Amino acid sequence: MTVESTAARKPRRSSGTKRAAGAANAAAKPAAATAQTQDAVPQLVQLLTPEGDRVDNAENAEFAPFVADITTEDLRGLYRDMVMTRRFDGEATALQRQGELGLWASLLGQEAAQIGSGRALNDEDYVFPTYREHGVAWCRGVDPTNLLGMFRGVNHGGWDPNTNNFHLYTIVIGSQTLHATGYAMGVAKDGADSAVIAYFGDGASSQGDVAEAFTFSAVYNSPVVFFCQNNQWAISEPTERQMRVPLYQRAQGFGFPGVRVDGNDVLACLAVTRWALDRARRGEGPTLVEAFTYRMGAHTTSDDPTKYRRDEETAAWEAKDPILRLKAHLLATGGADEAFFTELEAESEAMGKRVREAVRAMPDPDTMAIFENVYADGHALVDEERAQFAAYLASFEEGH
Amino acid sequence: MAVEKMSIAKALNESLRKALEQDPKVLIMGEDVGKLGGVFRITDGLQKDFGEERVIDTPLAESGIVGTAIGLALRGYRPVVEIQFDGFVFPAYDQIVTQLAKMHARALGKVKMPVVVRIPYAGGIGAVEHHSESPEALFAHVPGLKVVSPSNASDAYWMLQQAILSDDPVIFFEPKRRYWDKGEVDFDAIPGELHKARVTREGSDVTLAAYGPMVKVCLEAAAAAAEEGKSVEVLDLRSMSPVDFDGIQASVEKTRRLVVVHEAPVFLGVGAEVAARITERCFYHLEAPVLRVGGFHAPYPPARLEDEYLPGLDRVLDAVDRSLAY
Ligand SMILES: Cc1ncc(C[n+]2csc(CCOP(=O)(O)OP(=O)(O)O)c2C)c(N)n1
Repeated sequence: MTVESTAARKPRRSSGTKRAAGAANAAAKPAAATAQTQDAVPQLVQLLTPEGDRVDNAENAEFAPFVADITTEDLRGLYRDMVMTRRFDGEATALQRQGELGLWASLLGQEAAQIGSGRALNDEDYVFPTYREHGVAWCRGVDPTNLLGMFRGVNHGGWDPNTNNFHLYTIVIGSQTLHATGYAMGVAKDGADSAVIAYFGDGASSQGDVAEAFTFSAVYNSPVVFFCQNNQWAISEPTERQMRVPLYQRAQGFGFPGVRVDGNDVLACLAVTRWALDRARRGEGPTLVEAFTYRMGAHTTSDDPTKYRRDEETAAWEAKDPILRLKAHLLATGGADEAFFTELEAESEAMGKRVREAVRAMPDPDTMAIFENVYADGHALVDEERAQFAAYLASFEEGH
Repeated sequence: MAVEKMSIAKALNESLRKALEQDPKVLIMGEDVGKLGGVFRITDGLQKDFGEERVIDTPLAESGIVGTAIGLALRGYRPVVEIQFDGFVFPAYDQIVTQLAKMHARALGKVKMPVVVRIPYAGGIGAVEHHSESPEALFAHVPGLKVVSPSNASDAYWMLQQAILSDDPVIFFEPKRRYWDKGEVDFDAIPGELHKARVTREGSDVTLAAYGPMVKVCLEAAAAAAEEGKSVEVLDLRSMSPVDFDGIQASVEKTRRLVVVHEAPVFLGVGAEVAARITERCFYHLEAPVLRVGGFHAPYPPARLEDEYLPGLDRVLDAVDRSLAY
């Protein structure tokens, strides 16, 4: 069911490669990557500046080798992923405005965090998303229209999680981090060479469930990566309302490393996530990755950010746009020409059109679907109520 | 401004404002209740006027919200906490059930728990999952908690005042699809008792008992039934713990027929308890078994099916007909 996701998903086996040896060294001192200090301005792993320049520095030295194999073609692939994802997201927002969707949670601004981390995964890795991971879904090859069913109100999920190793969206904040941890415990028990990644927001990190996920994953040394997109806001509440230390530093207290990465830098997100997944696969346990990014739009289409957010803040983040950054890099290095961008524009338009048409054609569920899949084994009460309700509905047709 | 017409949302806002004004120990706590004024704007403007020490934006953690409210109550405060949506009360369910509900009894009555947990609940707004549930029976089943739900602006104002004044924990369910319904609030009135049912429409053939969002549906059903010559009494229960069985009994002794209506699943719901008690109390008065109309034993469905899932006029009238047919 892979749809339009073409960027290579290369299997990444860690054993025996040169890079793995280097990474293993680094892992011996995992805290090196996680500023131990309580610096006011915490360190940030960055490979591409907002202007699109490649940087090499002490902070990224440990991670840069993890993208040493990335070719210009790969970069174009990452760019395409981000553009297509943003286009899809924009289309969904428009569809909500037109009344085709009841609600939409936009990922605008978070494309690099999602594509960078999503492309770091192997096919057999397992993803536990929250409700905004449309870019990660894209990387997993989930048909984008499948993501819209629950926002249109025709289902509560809309896809088989096992088809793409992409679990259903979770709306109750933080719950899925425990599911990811348990799944990872199972992976470890099975001796499998794969990892698990759990997505959540900065607000979610306040939930007890997330703290318990940290506890369990540390105690059982589970192969799980906690990927927190710190988009600075939990609806109207800024991160200061959730925590008083930089988010990534929380991992330290649980006994595993935390890294803060520039969440608007797709290359850095790719590198850091690969690094963390590598650790997990090598049996070195969990990692917390904090992707420092920004929610450019409203929390959802029901939200009004003008009530709590300053325009200047949003404007400052606009200058760090993840897509423009990679475009600048591609142009400056001759990695892509205008024709590439023009073609991509047409391709994303076509995808937008296809999504629009698919959503408009999406049928409402059958009324009797209310009683479907309540139990796997069946249940006498459900059967009784289904029969009663069917008879009740039929009574209208008979001109009762 | 003794009497004013306003929405339920506004009445709740006014009620919180008055509580904050009257008692410095009253605190408002919850996610997004400050600057944003809550996702439904029930706390709109309160932080601006009463400050961040009294109207508190909390971390995104429901167990934390209720657990710390318990501690604040132990210290003499009267926290009114907001749970953003019905489906998100469950991270706090442990604190509510194992701690909040039992503290008074465990402390030999020496400790009071004047905590109000406000929960926008029930369906009808086309939301995604966990935003439309009716978990009231789960709370009513727990000894130590009081559970109420207003159905109109006047009750919204007064019942919230009374809940905040109560020394017991009150789970205050707000029917979110009725937030924008307007009604008159008499600010000088002497309110009725918090846990008393109220006859909202007199009738003689059958009693419809409901609360929260379903009261309006029952009133519409009664009006439709009247056109067919049936006289339907509508009783607003208002409180699910305790339930005013005397009030229901009085109505049933008059009409001899009872239909209980709620959005929550019928199985083991509040209606089940009402049916059992009224059958015991009124066995010789009843002309028909007590009937129930409500949700199914199935998860609350996706939005496109909620109109079919939620009891509407037709299902209520159908039950009235079935009751009258005995
Ligand atoms: C347990 C729970 N409480 C409250 C909510 C309502 N809610 C939905 S999203 C949200 C903010 C989430 O912020 P964050 O975790 O930072 O993620 P973001 O949406 O910013 O990606 C809240 C409070 C919820 N879904 N679940």
